[in-house]
Amino acid sequence: MSRAELWIIILGGMTVTYLIRLSFFFFIPPDRLPEWGRRGLRYIPPAVLAALIVPDLLLLDGTLYLSIANHRLIAGSIAALVAWRTGNTWLTIVSGLLTFGLLGLL
Amino acid sequence: MPGIEFLRGARDQLPILLGVVPFGVIFGALAISAGIPALEAQSFSLFIFAGSAQFIAVSLIAGAASPFLIILTILVVNLRHMLYSASLAPHVYHLSNLWKIPLSWLLTDEAFIVASARYRKGSPGFAHWYFLGTGLMLWVAWQLSTFLGITLGALIPSGIGLDFALPLTFMALILPTLTDRPTWAAACTAGAFSILLANLPFKLGLLIPAVLGIGVGLGVEMRSAKPEQANGDEA
Repeated sequence: MSRAELWIIILGGMTVTYLIRLSFFFFIPPDRLPEWGRRGLRYIPPAVLAALIVPDLLLLDGTLYLSIANHRLIAGSIAALVAWRTGNTWLTIVSGLLTFGLLGLL
Repeated sequence: MPGIEFLRGARDQLPILLGVVPFGVIFGALAISAGIPALEAQSFSLFIFAGSAQFIAVSLIAGAASPFLIILTILVVNLRHMLYSASLAPHVYHLSNLWKIPLSWLLTDEAFIVASARYRKGSPGFAHWYFLGTGLMLWVAWQLSTFLGITLGALIPSGIGLDFALPLTFMALILPTLTDRPTWAAACTAGAFSILLANLPFKLGLLIPAVLGIGVGLGVEMRSAKPEQANGDEA
Protein backbone atom coordinates (compact mmCIF):
# COMPACT_ATOMS: atom_id res chain seq x y z
CA MET A 1 0.00 0.00 0.00
CA SER A 2 1.37 3.43 -0.96
CA ARG A 3 2.08 6.13 1.59
CA ALA A 4 -0.54 8.35 -0.04
CA GLU A 5 -3.14 5.63 0.51
CA LEU A 6 -2.03 5.25 4.13
CA TRP A 7 -2.55 8.98 4.66
CA ILE A 8 -5.99 8.80 3.10
CA ILE A 9 -6.84 6.10 5.64
CA ILE A 10 -5.35 8.04 8.57
CA LEU A 11 -7.09 11.31 7.70
CA GLY A 12 -10.34 9.63 6.67
CA GLY A 13 -10.32 7.47 9.78
CA MET A 14 -9.65 10.54 11.89
CA THR A 15 -12.52 12.45 10.31
CA VAL A 16 -15.16 9.76 10.79
CA THR A 17 -13.98 8.96 14.33
CA TYR A 18 -13.96 12.59 15.31
CA LEU A 19 -17.40 13.31 13.85
CA ILE A 20 -18.83 10.40 15.84
CA ARG A 21 -17.26 11.62 19.07
CA LEU A 22 -18.36 15.18 18.42
CA SER A 23 -21.90 14.21 17.49
CA PHE A 24 -23.78 14.90 20.68
CA PHE A 25 -21.30 17.44 22.04
CA PHE A 26 -21.91 19.76 19.09
CA PHE A 27 -24.80 18.87 16.88
CA ILE A 28 -27.55 17.44 19.07
CA PRO A 29 -28.35 19.50 22.19
CA PRO A 30 -29.31 17.25 25.13
CA ASP A 31 -32.54 19.17 25.69
CA ARG A 32 -33.68 18.39 22.16
CA LEU A 33 -33.55 14.67 22.78
CA PRO A 34 -36.93 12.99 23.11
CA GLU A 35 -38.01 12.11 26.64
CA TRP A 36 -37.08 8.42 26.32
CA GLY A 37 -33.70 9.37 24.88
CA ARG A 38 -32.89 11.56 27.83
CA ARG A 39 -33.94 8.87 30.28
CA GLY A 40 -32.00 6.24 28.35
CA LEU A 41 -28.72 8.09 28.93
CA ARG A 42 -28.32 6.76 32.46
CA TYR A 43 -28.27 3.18 31.18
CA ILE A 44 -25.31 3.76 28.88
CA PRO A 45 -22.51 3.33 31.49
CA PRO A 46 -23.81 0.13 33.13
CA ALA A 47 -24.66 -1.44 29.76
CA VAL A 48 -21.33 -0.56 28.15
CA LEU A 49 -19.33 -1.66 31.18
CA ALA A 50 -21.15 -4.98 31.43
CA ALA A 51 -20.59 -5.64 27.73
CA LEU A 52 -16.88 -4.95 28.25
CA ILE A 53 -16.43 -6.99 31.43
CA VAL A 54 -18.47 -10.14 30.82
CA PRO A 55 -16.69 -11.45 27.70
CA ASP A 56 -13.31 -10.88 29.35
CA LEU A 57 -14.32 -13.14 32.22
CA LEU A 58 -16.45 -15.77 30.52
CA LEU A 59 -14.94 -16.32 27.09
CA LEU A 60 -11.85 -18.18 26.03
CA ASP A 61 -11.00 -17.85 22.34
CA GLY A 62 -14.57 -16.79 21.63
CA THR A 63 -16.35 -19.66 23.38
CA LEU A 64 -18.04 -19.82 26.76
CA TYR A 65 -15.70 -21.11 29.46
CA LEU A 66 -17.72 -21.82 32.61
CA SER A 67 -15.40 -23.78 34.86
CA ILE A 68 -13.47 -23.46 38.08
CA ALA A 69 -10.41 -23.85 35.87
CA ASN A 70 -11.28 -20.44 34.38
CA HIS A 71 -8.89 -18.31 36.41
CA ARG A 72 -10.20 -15.02 35.04
CA LEU A 73 -13.69 -15.89 36.17
CA ILE A 74 -12.56 -16.84 39.69
CA ALA A 75 -10.25 -13.84 40.07
CA GLY A 76 -12.89 -11.55 38.58
CA SER A 77 -15.51 -12.82 41.02
CA ILE A 78 -13.21 -12.16 43.97
CA ALA A 79 -12.46 -8.70 42.60
CA ALA A 80 -16.20 -8.06 42.27
CA LEU A 81 -16.64 -8.99 45.90
CA VAL A 82 -13.82 -6.63 46.91
CA ALA A 83 -15.30 -3.86 44.75
CA TRP A 84 -18.68 -4.37 46.36
CA ARG A 85 -17.35 -4.40 49.94
CA THR A 86 -14.76 -1.62 49.65
CA GLY A 87 -15.65 0.48 46.60
CA ASN A 88 -11.90 0.95 46.15
CA THR A 89 -10.61 0.73 42.57
CA TRP A 90 -6.98 -0.10 43.37
CA LEU A 91 -7.90 -2.71 45.96
CA THR A 92 -10.21 -4.29 43.40
CA ILE A 93 -7.49 -4.47 40.77
CA VAL A 94 -4.77 -5.68 43.12
CA SER A 95 -6.97 -8.40 44.60
CA GLY A 96 -7.99 -9.56 41.15
CA LEU A 97 -4.47 -9.57 39.74
CA LEU A 98 -3.08 -11.28 42.84
CA THR A 99 -5.72 -14.00 42.72
CA PHE A 100 -5.10 -14.44 39.01
CA GLY A 101 -1.34 -14.71 39.59
CA LEU A 102 -1.70 -17.15 42.48
CA LEU A 103 -4.09 -19.37 40.54
CA GLY A 104 -1.53 -19.42 37.75
CA LEU A 105 1.05 -20.84 40.17
CA LEU A 106 -1.16 -23.70 41.32
CA MET B 1 -9.85 23.67 41.65
CA PRO B 2 -9.00 23.01 38.01
CA GLY B 3 -5.45 21.77 38.65
CA ILE B 4 -6.50 19.25 41.26
CA GLU B 5 -9.36 17.95 39.10
CA PHE B 6 -6.94 17.59 36.18
CA LEU B 7 -4.47 15.59 38.28
CA ARG B 8 -7.20 13.41 39.77
CA GLY B 9 -8.45 12.60 36.31
CA ALA B 10 -4.95 11.64 35.22
CA ARG B 11 -4.44 9.56 38.37
CA ASP B 12 -7.71 7.67 37.98
CA GLN B 13 -6.68 6.61 34.48
CA LEU B 14 -3.52 4.94 35.82
CA PRO B 15 -4.98 1.48 36.59
CA ILE B 16 -6.43 1.34 33.10
CA LEU B 17 -3.01 2.08 31.62
CA LEU B 18 -1.77 -1.25 32.98
CA GLY B 19 -4.03 -2.90 30.48
CA VAL B 20 -3.75 -0.35 27.66
CA VAL B 21 0.02 0.12 27.39
CA PRO B 22 0.76 -3.47 26.31
CA PHE B 23 -1.83 -3.07 23.55
CA GLY B 24 -0.16 0.14 22.39
CA VAL B 25 3.19 -1.63 22.18
CA ILE B 26 1.66 -4.51 20.25
CA PHE B 27 -0.08 -2.07 17.92
CA GLY B 28 3.20 -0.32 17.10
CA ALA B 29 5.00 -3.59 16.48
CA LEU B 30 2.13 -4.97 14.40
CA ALA B 31 1.91 -1.86 12.23
CA ILE B 32 5.61 -2.08 11.41
CA SER B 33 5.39 -5.76 10.61
CA ALA B 34 2.43 -5.01 8.30
CA GLY B 35 4.85 -2.82 6.30
CA ILE B 36 3.59 0.56 7.52
CA PRO B 37 6.38 3.16 7.84
CA ALA B 38 7.13 4.44 11.35
CA LEU B 39 5.71 7.94 10.78
CA GLU B 40 2.39 6.63 9.50
CA ALA B 41 2.22 3.99 12.22
CA GLN B 42 2.58 6.65 14.89
CA SER B 43 0.10 8.85 13.05
CA PHE B 44 -2.60 6.22 13.40
CA SER B 45 -2.29 6.61 17.18
CA LEU B 46 -1.85 10.38 17.01
CA PHE B 47 -4.83 11.13 14.81
CA ILE B 48 -7.30 8.27 15.08
CA PHE B 49 -6.61 7.38 18.72
CA ALA B 50 -8.93 4.38 18.88
CA GLY B 51 -7.28 1.07 19.74
CA SER B 52 -9.70 -1.47 18.31
CA ALA B 53 -10.19 0.50 15.09
CA GLN B 54 -6.43 0.83 14.66
CA PHE B 55 -5.86 -2.90 15.08
CA ILE B 56 -8.56 -3.75 12.56
CA ALA B 57 -7.28 -1.12 10.13
CA VAL B 58 -3.76 -2.56 10.26
CA SER B 59 -4.99 -6.08 9.60
CA LEU B 60 -7.03 -4.78 6.64
CA ILE B 61 -3.99 -2.89 5.35
CA ALA B 62 -1.94 -6.09 5.60
CA GLY B 63 -4.69 -7.76 3.59
CA ALA B 64 -4.55 -4.96 1.00
CA ALA B 65 -8.18 -3.84 1.41
CA SER B 66 -9.20 -0.60 -0.31
CA PRO B 67 -8.76 2.64 1.69
CA PHE B 68 -12.47 3.38 1.34
CA LEU B 69 -13.43 0.04 2.88
CA ILE B 70 -10.93 0.58 5.69
CA ILE B 71 -12.33 4.03 6.52
CA LEU B 72 -15.84 2.60 6.48
CA THR B 73 -14.71 -0.15 8.85
CA ILE B 74 -13.19 2.41 11.20
CA LEU B 75 -16.51 4.23 11.17
CA VAL B 76 -18.47 1.11 12.13
CA VAL B 77 -15.96 0.09 14.80
CA ASN B 78 -16.12 3.53 16.41
CA LEU B 79 -19.87 3.97 16.13
CA ARG B 80 -20.16 3.01 19.79
CA HIS B 81 -18.47 6.29 20.69
CA MET B 82 -21.72 8.00 19.76
CA LEU B 83 -23.23 6.47 22.89
CA TYR B 84 -20.43 8.00 24.93
CA SER B 85 -20.96 11.36 23.28
CA ALA B 86 -24.68 11.21 24.09
CA SER B 87 -24.03 10.09 27.64
CA LEU B 88 -21.64 12.90 28.50
CA ALA B 89 -23.27 15.62 26.38
CA PRO B 90 -25.50 16.94 29.20
CA HIS B 91 -22.33 17.72 31.16
CA VAL B 92 -20.33 19.09 28.25
CA TYR B 93 -22.79 20.82 25.94
CA HIS B 94 -22.63 24.18 27.73
CA LEU B 95 -18.84 24.42 27.45
CA SER B 96 -17.10 26.57 24.85
CA ASN B 97 -15.81 25.03 21.63
CA LEU B 98 -12.33 25.46 23.01
CA TRP B 99 -13.26 22.72 25.49
CA LYS B 100 -15.56 20.59 23.39
CA ILE B 101 -13.00 20.10 20.63
CA PRO B 102 -10.26 18.53 22.79
CA LEU B 103 -12.72 16.65 24.99
CA SER B 104 -14.41 14.93 22.08
CA TRP B 105 -10.99 14.24 20.58
CA LEU B 106 -10.16 12.30 23.75
CA LEU B 107 -13.47 10.44 24.01
CA THR B 108 -12.33 6.80 24.02
CA ASP B 109 -13.88 3.84 25.87
CA GLU B 110 -11.47 4.34 28.76
CA ALA B 111 -11.85 8.12 29.04
CA PHE B 112 -15.63 7.79 28.85
CA ILE B 113 -15.78 5.21 31.61
CA VAL B 114 -13.56 7.14 34.02
CA ALA B 115 -15.06 10.55 33.25
CA SER B 116 -18.63 9.32 33.58
CA ALA B 117 -17.79 7.85 37.00
CA ARG B 118 -16.61 11.36 37.95
CA TYR B 119 -19.80 13.00 36.66
CA ARG B 120 -21.89 10.51 38.64
CA LYS B 121 -20.43 11.92 41.82
CA GLY B 122 -22.00 15.31 41.12
CA SER B 123 -20.52 18.76 41.95
CA PRO B 124 -19.63 19.28 38.30
CA GLY B 125 -17.74 22.58 38.90
CA PHE B 126 -14.44 21.81 37.24
CA ALA B 127 -15.24 18.24 36.22
CA HIS B 128 -14.30 19.04 32.62
CA TRP B 129 -10.72 19.45 33.85
CA TYR B 130 -10.97 15.94 35.27
CA PHE B 131 -12.23 14.70 31.88
CA LEU B 132 -9.32 16.48 30.18
CA GLY B 133 -6.78 15.03 32.62
CA THR B 134 -8.02 11.49 32.26
CA GLY B 135 -8.28 11.69 28.46
CA LEU B 136 -4.87 13.29 28.06
CA MET B 137 -3.23 10.73 30.32
CA LEU B 138 -4.53 7.95 28.12
CA TRP B 139 -3.56 9.81 24.94
CA VAL B 140 0.03 10.34 26.09
CA ALA B 141 0.35 6.72 27.23
CA TRP B 142 -1.06 5.50 23.90
CA GLN B 143 1.47 7.61 21.96
CA LEU B 144 4.44 6.47 24.05
CA SER B 145 3.46 2.81 23.97
CA THR B 146 2.89 2.95 20.21
CA PHE B 147 6.32 4.54 19.86
CA LEU B 148 7.87 1.79 21.98
CA GLY B 149 6.29 -0.86 19.82
CA ILE B 150 7.47 0.86 16.65
CA THR B 151 11.05 1.23 17.81
CA LEU B 152 11.60 -1.89 19.90
CA GLY B 153 9.06 -4.31 18.51
CA ALA B 154 6.83 -6.39 20.75
CA LEU B 155 9.40 -6.65 23.53
CA ILE B 156 6.85 -6.60 26.31
CA PRO B 157 5.37 -10.07 26.51
CA SER B 158 1.62 -9.84 26.04
CA GLY B 159 0.78 -12.99 27.95
CA ILE B 160 1.65 -11.81 31.45
CA GLY B 161 -1.96 -11.07 32.27
CA LEU B 162 -1.75 -7.31 32.80
CA ASP B 163 -4.55 -6.83 30.27
CA PHE B 164 -6.69 -8.43 32.95
CA ALA B 165 -6.41 -5.08 34.80
CA LEU B 166 -8.96 -3.66 32.32
CA PRO B 167 -12.02 -5.75 33.28
CA LEU B 168 -10.98 -5.43 36.93
CA THR B 169 -10.98 -1.64 36.73
CA PHE B 170 -14.30 -1.69 34.93
CA MET B 171 -15.62 -3.94 37.68
CA ALA B 172 -14.84 -1.30 40.29
CA LEU B 173 -16.51 1.33 38.12
CA ILE B 174 -19.68 -0.55 37.20
CA LEU B 175 -20.89 -1.18 40.75
CA PRO B 176 -21.73 2.46 41.56
CA THR B 177 -23.84 2.62 38.38
CA LEU B 178 -26.01 -0.31 39.49
CA THR B 179 -28.39 1.60 41.71
CA ASP B 180 -31.81 0.11 40.96
CA ARG B 181 -33.69 -2.56 39.04
CA PRO B 182 -33.55 -0.87 35.60
CA THR B 183 -29.77 -0.32 35.77
CA TRP B 184 -29.26 -3.96 36.79
CA ALA B 185 -31.52 -5.05 33.95
CA ALA B 186 -29.49 -2.93 31.51
CA ALA B 187 -26.21 -4.43 32.72
CA CYS B 188 -27.45 -8.05 32.78
CA THR B 189 -28.96 -7.75 29.32
CA ALA B 190 -25.82 -6.19 27.86
CA GLY B 191 -23.65 -8.80 29.58
CA ALA B 192 -25.73 -11.71 28.31
CA PHE B 193 -25.79 -10.44 24.74
CA SER B 194 -22.08 -9.69 24.84
CA ILE B 195 -21.61 -13.45 25.18
CA LEU B 196 -24.21 -14.40 22.58
CA LEU B 197 -22.86 -11.88 20.06
CA ALA B 198 -19.20 -12.20 20.98
CA ASN B 199 -18.17 -13.31 17.52
CA LEU B 200 -19.61 -10.34 15.66
CA PRO B 201 -16.95 -8.35 13.80
CA PHE B 202 -16.20 -4.62 13.98
CA LYS B 203 -16.74 -4.28 17.73
CA LEU B 204 -20.47 -4.77 17.10
CA GLY B 205 -20.32 -7.35 19.89
CA LEU B 206 -20.01 -4.33 22.18
CA LEU B 207 -22.29 -1.82 20.47
CA ILE B 208 -25.33 -4.05 19.92
CA PRO B 209 -25.41 -5.56 23.44
CA ALA B 210 -25.01 -2.07 24.89
CA VAL B 211 -27.94 -0.73 22.85
CA LEU B 212 -30.08 -3.73 23.80
CA GLY B 213 -29.17 -3.23 27.46
CA ILE B 214 -30.16 0.43 27.30
CA GLY B 215 -33.47 -0.54 25.70
CA VAL B 216 -34.23 -3.13 28.36
CA GLY B 217 -33.26 -0.70 31.11
CA LEU B 218 -35.75 1.81 29.70
CA GLY B 219 -38.40 -0.89 29.36
CA VAL B 220 -38.02 -2.01 32.97
CA GLU B 221 -38.10 1.61 34.10
CA MET B 222 -41.38 2.21 32.26
CA ARG B 223 -42.96 -0.99 33.50
CA SER B 224 -42.15 -0.27 37.11
CA ALA B 225 -43.17 3.35 36.42
CA LYS B 226 -44.72 5.69 38.97
CA PRO B 227 -41.16 6.56 40.04
CA GLU B 228 -42.38 9.37 42.35
CA GLN B 229 -44.37 7.10 44.65
CA ALA B 230 -42.95 3.62 44.22
CA ASN B 231 -39.26 4.34 44.78
CA GLY B 232 -39.23 2.87 48.27
CA ASP B 233 -39.69 -0.75 47.38
CA GLU B 234 -36.86 -0.88 44.84
CA ALA B 235 -34.10 -3.07 46.21
